[in-house]
This record gives sequence, C-alpha cells and structure tokens, in this order.
Amino acid sequence: MSTTLEATKDTSPLAKLISDCEELIRDTSLSTVQAWKERTGGIAIGFMPTYIPRELLHAQGVLPVGIMGAGDIEIIRGDAYYQSYICHIPRSTIELGLNGSLDCLDGMVFPAICDVIRNLSGMWKMMFPTKLVHYLDVPQDFHAEMGGEFYRHDLEALSAKLVEAGAKPLTSEALAESIRLYNENGRRVRALYDLRRREPWRVPTAELYVILRAGLILPVEEHSIMLDRFLELVQAEDDRTPMDQARVILTGSFCEQPPLGLIKTLERAGCYIVDDDFVQVSRWFKHDISEEGDPLGALVDAFLTDAFASPTRYIDEDEKGRELVERVQSSGAEGVLFCAPSFCDPALLDQPMETAAVTRAGIPWTAFKFSEDTGQFQVIREQAGTFADSIKLWS
Amino acid sequence: MSTTEETSAAKDQSQDRQKRMIAGHFDKLAESEERGEKCVYTYVPGNLTELLLSFDVNPVLPEINALQSGMRGLSKEYITLAEKEGHSEDVCTYVKCDIGMKRAGNIGPTGKRLPNPNLLLLSYTGCFTFLKWFELLREEYDCPVTMLHVPYQADGKITDEMRKYVVDQMKKKTIPALEKMTGKKFDIDRLRELLARSAKAEDDLVAVLESAKNKPSPIDAYFGGVYYIGPIFTAFRGTEDAVAYYRELREEVEERVRLGKGPIIPSGELKEEKYRLVVEGPPNWTSFRKFWDMFTDEGAVVVASTYTKVGGVYDDGFRHDPDRPLESLAEYCLGCYTNLNLPARVDKLAGYVKDYEADGLLINSVKSCNSFSAGQLMILREVENRTGVPGGFIESDLVDPRYFSAANIKNRLESYFQMIEQKRAQGVTR
Repeated sequence: MSTTLEATKDTSPLAKLISDCEELIRDTSLSTVQAWKERTGGIAIGFMPTYIPRELLHAQGVLPVGIMGAGDIEIIRGDAYYQSYICHIPRSTIELGLNGSLDCLDGMVFPAICDVIRNLSGMWKMMFPTKLVHYLDVPQDFHAEMGGEFYRHDLEALSAKLVEAGAKPLTSEALAESIRLYNENGRRVRALYDLRRREPWRVPTAELYVILRAGLILPVEEHSIMLDRFLELVQAEDDRTPMDQARVILTGSFCEQPPLGLIKTLERAGCYIVDDDFVQVSRWFKHDISEEGDPLGALVDAFLTDAFASPTRYIDEDEKGRELVERVQSSGAEGVLFCAPSFCDPALLDQPMETAAVTRAGIPWTAFKFSEDTGQFQVIREQAGTFADSIKLWS
Repeated sequence: MSTTEETSAAKDQSQDRQKRMIAGHFDKLAESEERGEKCVYTYVPGNLTELLLSFDVNPVLPEINALQSGMRGLSKEYITLAEKEGHSEDVCTYVKCDIGMKRAGNIGPTGKRLPNPNLLLLSYTGCFTFLKWFELLREEYDCPVTMLHVPYQADGKITDEMRKYVVDQMKKKTIPALEKMTGKKFDIDRLRELLARSAKAEDDLVAVLESAKNKPSPIDAYFGGVYYIGPIFTAFRGTEDAVAYYRELREEVEERVRLGKGPIIPSGELKEEKYRLVVEGPPNWTSFRKFWDMFTDEGAVVVASTYTKVGGVYDDGFRHDPDRPLESLAEYCLGCYTNLNLPARVDKLAGYVKDYEADGLLINSVKSCNSFSAGQLMILREVENRTGVPGGFIESDLVDPRYFSAANIKNRLESYFQMIEQKRAQGVTR
C-alpha cells in the first residue's frame, strides 16, 4: 500500500483519521483483530472480497475480517502455488496464510467469485486443516423456492460451522440486531457515496476507500462511528473546492483491489471518481435489509432481490450493462474507467458486454488493467489524463 | 474426434465408428433447421443429453466446436477475431474461439454451418466461465436462456440440499423451457429408457478405462481417451449408437488385453510400454498429434487421466439411474470432475497412481482453464508426497497455438522421463 499524503504534511483531524486507516489496512498482521479477540474472547473469521453475510457472523459473536489480498508485500512462497497466468490476490492471500499473518483468524469464508477463489477454498482446507473453511456457494438462481431455499441451507451450514469453531449459536434476536447495525452502517456508506456523487471534491476516493477498507477490520459498531466522524470532517473542509475534473465511474475492481497509489494517480490525472465497485461487501445491497419478520429470511431475500449487478452474479432476465449505464446517468458521470485486475475472469469476460452497453449509450470509456502490486502508474496516469482531457474538451 | 492431422493415423474399428458418429452428428446439426429440428446449446460438464433427446432436441456443445476448430487449425484466426473486438487476451480461449467462429460464419468441423440455438441451456457445472460464456452468447442470439446452477462439492460430498436444488431447477425451469420450445410434454418414461441405455454404455466405458490397469495397458487413457469419451460426452448418451459403440470398444480392448497388446497410437501400435503415467488437465488441441507423439516416442502411456472425467465421473460407481431419473441426472452434474474440491481431486489422482501402478503424475496446465489449473501446483506436491512418485508439470493451452511451445514441452517431458528413470534406479518407483 502506498504511503499517506506525505506531500501535504497535513496534521488536521481528517488527515489523522485517513492516516490511521491507512496504517490499519497496511498492518497485514491484523494486530487490531488480535487485540479484539483478546478483549472479547470472540473468534474472528476472514473472508475474501465481494460478499458474505457479515450480519450472520456478527450475530454469533464473530468478527468478520475482510482479506483483500496483501497489496505490494513481497511474495516469497505464494508464487510457488500459482502459474504466471493467474491473478495476484490468491498468491498474496496464501503468502499471508503461510507467513503467519492470518494466524489470529479462526477460519476463512470464500465467496463464489470465480474458479480461482473457489479452488483456493480447497487449497486452504489442505493447508490449514484445523481451521474453519467455508465456500459460500451463493445461488445463481434467484427464485425464493429454489435459489432462496438452497442459500438458506448454505447459511445454516455456515452457522453450524461457526458454532463448531467456537462461536455462539445463532438466534433470531441476535441476527435481527446485527441486521439493524449493518443497515445503519450501510446507510452511512451510501450517504458518503451520495455526497461524493454530488460533490466529489469533498470526498476524494482515495480517502473514502481507506475508510471503507478499515470497515473490513473493525467491528461494525466502531466503523459506523468512524463513518460519522469522516462525514463530519469532510463536510467541514471548506477549502475543498471544485476543480475542472472529469466525473467518471470506475468499474472492474470488485475483487483484487488496485494499489492506493493507483487510485490517487487517477484522481491526480484529472478524474473525479463518482462511483466505483471497491469493497463491495459494504454496498452489496442497494437498500436496507428488511428488519421485519424472519431475519434469516430477510438476509436471503435481500441477496435474491436487492444485490448489485456484480460480474460474479448471473444476470438472469436483466440486460448486461443496464445497471452500469444507469449508474453513469444517475451519478452524472461523463465516462467509465474499466479498471480490472489482470487475469480476472469475471471482470474481463464481462468487459466486452459492458463496453458495448456504454458505447450504445454514447458514454466515453477507457480500459486498463492492474495488479495489486503494480508499482508503476505513469502509463495509466497518461491514459487517464488523456481520457479526462478528451471528456472536458469534447464531450 | 475427427481431425485433419489424424488422416494418416492408425485406428481401430471403434475409432472409425466414433469418427462416423461424430461426423454424422455435425451433419445432422447442419440440416436441423431445414428439418425443423430444435437445437439447444449446452456444455459438456453437466450436460442433460438424455433429457434433451427425450424432447427430440439436438445438443450443440460449444467446447466441442472450439476444440474441433483447434484441431483443424482454425482457432488462431477465430481467437484473433474475438480479441480484435475487445475480448481480453487473459481469458478462456474456448470462449474467444467460439465467438470468433460465430463471426466467421459458424462453420462446423464438417464444413457446414452450425444451427443457431433455439435455447441456451446454461448448465453451470464446475466452471465459472460457462456462466459468462452464455451471457456473451445470449447477446449474439435471439433465443431464451435457462440456467441450471449446479452447486460445487466444496466439502467433498453431495448433500440432499444440493440434489434437491438441482432437481427443483430441472422441474421448474429446464423442463418447462424445453416443453415451451418444442411444444411437447415431458415424457418421463422416455427419459427412463434413455437413462437405462446410458447406464449400459457407462458400464462398458468404465471397463475400457479400467483396462489400463493391465500391463501393458491396452489403451492410452488420455490421448486415446478423448476418442473413447467422445460419444458419451457429446450427443450420444442414452442412444443405441452409444451402447453399440461402447460394447464394440470394450470387446476390442478386451481382445487386446488377451493378446497382451499395447494401445493403438497414431503410428500404429505401441510396442513397448516404458512409462505409465497419470495425467491431470485437458490436452492441447492445436498440436494434438505432435503432443501425443512426444509421449509415444518415449514409450509413455497414460493409464489414467482426469480430463476423461470432466464430462462425468463413472469409475467410482455412479451410473445414470432410470428409477431415479432427475435425481441421478442431478448427481451426474454434481459429480463431474471439475465440480470436485481440491482435496477430492488429490484423493482421486493419488488413487489413480496407486490403482494403475503409475510411474508418475504429469500435469498439463492450460492457461485457459482456471477451473482445472488454479491449485494444480499444490495438487502436484500433495500427490508426490502421498504416493512417492515423481510429478511433472508442463504448460500449454486448449486452442490458442500461441501457448503451445513444442520444443519447451518436449524438453520438459524428456527431463521428466529421465527423472523417472533416476527414481527407478534408486528403487523409488517401479
């Protein structure tokens, strides 16, 4: 991960908050998680990107910990597990597992993102046989009586595994309370995204991103307080004024995450990122999960009916690219940056359909690839800068 | 499967029959629109051929079309066409080959145009790319899509919930979609008849594959194996043709066992079996014959392979069951090789090494297929540790000739065979 905004030497409360978050997410040894376990006696379970039902884990007294790769740490052993044509995040995750960084985790949940992450779940079973390993096989059928029923069983199986690993049994009351807490958190995240859409100069994406990443490590209650604090601080930043930048949506980075330096580079190249798909777990649903009735049923129903159009989900009756075009239009974006990790099947197989959809809608776009350990941003800076200039000059 | 490069290759009777069957199927597909027959595009793993045939529907399998294009030397042009349209160089070449073939007129291996689909049956079994592939194809064709989501055996077993989920989808989505497309009512008795014939053919297929436990092995279970699995992986499961083909094949193989003969290879018959290998991963199709020759030139025979299980695992006892038609179809889908988790794949490979008395495990890791390839380096080490036999690792691709480096692969194979010799000298392997 790149360092904080050294150039500004800013000592303001906002800069301190951002710096603290950067430090938190750079700490691959997860000392905060270890401290939480010692303080509470609870267990902590890691999870790979996109989506897992964190509410369920929370309701059983478990700290869900998002593992989004390891940025640019040196890969010593992880490369021995993968061929050159496989993306970076599984090798850095294995590196973390083998170098002891994830020792404080009592298990890992692998959502159904792609074949690489799916197979990593089996590798994890072999590498860490004493830990909980769960492949969250989310349904690709979205009918309540088929996919919904299957998913409910999957969640119950996960819950039972958590109990075996030392978590509390699941109760409806606890789950309802956890849903309420995560809804509160989700509302705050959506409010920040709304503010950024309206006034992107107030909420630089590089800041919002590290705030969201912190939420993958901290308990949800603490993270919601952090979000309030961040909102309050950015609203008070009167010296942040609009600049002549192009408003763009960034898409394709839902699993392996770009280096923070790349996000900053895009912003410095003249792009206001007004929407993105970073850290999607915090915005997987478009609305609150229902707080009425059976809470497990509400979790299932939200997954079936209210989720983002992620490349990891079958689009069923929907039209590919429709949601992206709508997001462009509703955010007032002037262009799209397709920013996918190298060798990312879901993002790169989706890209021809998504680019066709935005082209049909007359929306400018450009595409480039990255790896989480990309260290050279000059070419992307020039590409993004040219793209932003072309929008400002000709769109 | 028919190829241009095999024209001068030696074959036995069953191979000729297989070639005629596959060619006949492609001819039938080419004429299907004139005849008013319906076609369903679907995939090899998790295919529901008996169900489709019970509706008199012709299956079209895009992976088979892609591999045929690879064998006919056309895939490079097709892949280039797709990449020019913005398909990434990083993704599956089967997909790009298929898209490019469509752009070039959708001409099948017999030189005739393949029909457009009346339905896309997306059997999402063991491969995430399948899902994206049909999302891409649905933009190409004006036809409905029906999804059959087959859960992954993440914990190494098929649960009641998984089976029920798949059966429910068949009942509530797949069958109604076929009824709507064909205007015919689902006939479960007809399905039962087809499944009973499948089980017969599967018995004979397993006998053929297990004949490789003999020394010398009468078959090559990888290169030869792709011919043996051709009918049962494609459009013939449940047909009398398949029953007859597998009966004839089994008789031929049993005769070879009786005579103590080795396998038929492109240059005739393998006279001396020097190395017995288990192979993991799909073959390369663009240089199939050259690739095979690299093994036979060294006296290497593949006695078991996982690729021949990608369209169905039958050697652990599974059979389609006419008494449990939909349930056994669901179990078939759930049991395909790439739907097994990594520990189960290690178990299977280590079991093959032991049961077939193999000298080593060789992995052909293909760039295109993360479902197979992600984790293979760990599989290699685990199998080596558990069996003591040496592992070898080569890299190529399915249908992108840019990723088949003949000299490099040959060099690696030669080194690998030397390693086996060395281990033999040390008394580590046979």
